[in-house]
Amino acid sequence: MTYTAAEMMTVAAARALGNGDICFVGIGLPSAACNLARLTHAPRIHLIYESGTLGTRPEVLPLSIGDGELCETALTTVTVPEVFRYWLQGGRITVGFLSGAQVDRFGNLNSTVIGDYAKPKVRLPGSGGATEIATGCGQIFIVMRHGARSFVKQLDFLTSLGHGRTGRERQELGIRTKGPVLLVSDLCIMRPDPETNELVVTSLHPGITCARVRENTSWDVRFAETMAETAPPAAMELEVLRNLHARTARAHRAAGGSE
Amino acid sequence: MEFLNLQDAIARHVEDGDQVALEGFTHLIPFAAGHEIIRQGRRDLTLIRMTPDLIYDQMIGMGTARKLVFSWGGNPGVGSLHRLRDAVECGWPAPLEIVEHSHAAMANAYEAGASGMPCALFHGYLGSDLPRVNGDIRFVECPFTGESLACVPAFRPDVAIIHAQKADREGNVLIEGIVGVQKEAVLAARRAVVTVEELVDDFGPRSSNAVIMPGWTLSAVVVAPHGACPSYAHGYYSRDNAFYIAWDRIARERESFLAWMRENVLR
Repeated sequence: MTYTAAEMMTVAAARALGNGDICFVGIGLPSAACNLARLTHAPRIHLIYESGTLGTRPEVLPLSIGDGELCETALTTVTVPEVFRYWLQGGRITVGFLSGAQVDRFGNLNSTVIGDYAKPKVRLPGSGGATEIATGCGQIFIVMRHGARSFVKQLDFLTSLGHGRTGRERQELGIRTKGPVLLVSDLCIMRPDPETNELVVTSLHPGITCARVRENTSWDVRFAETMAETAPPAAMELEVLRNLHARTARAHRAAGGSE
Repeated sequence: MEFLNLQDAIARHVEDGDQVALEGFTHLIPFAAGHEIIRQGRRDLTLIRMTPDLIYDQMIGMGTARKLVFSWGGNPGVGSLHRLRDAVECGWPAPLEIVEHSHAAMANAYEAGASGMPCALFHGYLGSDLPRVNGDIRFVECPFTGESLACVPAFRPDVAIIHAQKADREGNVLIEGIVGVQKEAVLAARRAVVTVEELVDDFGPRSSNAVIMPGWTLSAVVVAPHGACPSYAHGYYSRDNAFYIAWDRIARERESFLAWMRENVLR
């Protein structure tokens, strides 16, 4: 069965989630991955969106973080201050999904500006919930398309802390959560080196070469000594994901969808 | 509290130079009230809102704002807010000062304002560059544990404007669904204007824990059906996602934006 790079990325991210997870979900690819996990191998996963919907089970993927679908299918809906204070800051979320315009070798993320902050070349949306999700969730999964302009040596702005500019900043700042433990791209899977916290490639998606990853990464990317090949999406995973996207496209009455 | 029409409510409660918070987290965004502020030609406003959304894109593009306090400035699920970007990147139609936070900080700042506190304390901003570009973000040491805590000033807007489902004859207001930071914004502000879908004799069956703003906490209540379009009102109409997608094209160029505003808001 043929599949796209985006489908491989979503499926690989979904597989990392389990039934015991309490997951803080962002819009776009994270939302697709979390709901794919819920509809396949992790039916008891608990999804929380920052609009305050706890235990939501959407039939279609929301276009925005606060679509009515999320509230209507949630166990309960709390206020936005409550979701950030009691649920995120209170340490009750096991996994947070993040993405950004730029990521560096230590999993730090920029979603604020390209160029100088005062005179930006591109003004990006900004933190949203990300800055505190990065430190408040038990661990962080990053999902991003690979590209030399997004996998950078140095961020233009550090919006959300990964392992810091030295790789050891979390410990120095007294942060007890793990930070980025996994990065899933459309080319590969990366995990932090246990010694240095630098993200290293641990698994290549089928048909992807090391050279291709190098071309698309601006730092001198490292590969694990024993590398795996990511299992391609199973027919069932693809079917569930495609049905989800088809339902979503119909519901939004527009072409495009969410990824 | 008094019942007013939209024109009078904005004329009486929103002045040039005010700090204004139009809240509603994706849901119940007070578009009708924002459009009335544009029509009345308010200037030099400080606009506060967690997610500026299309309404602040429109207000910024029409030159109502001097300053924006925000935490996520995008078109949800679609992309950029082009008018916000044009103001920040090119100073059109006027330079826009920005005060940038995270969601957690803004939610805490509203809650502090509602609680009568001068500032909010929380675990936040650790390792981020945001404190370097926003002087309102400070850190204090916990007197009990010695931990470093983020500290931001409470929001105390001159006026908060929200949209809700129902008001009763006494001007009490019922809010259902995703309730966001509306209660906190109303209680943090000096004045509060609420637009509602409908006026009812009685709210009818509801949970004992329903979110209801007593009329005496509000300055004005305005009946404005569809006042949250193209966002949505839970139980009344759904989000016009197709319009959010279309806005990307409308707002991309100054000319198409101005033409749309003239056709749909100004006249």
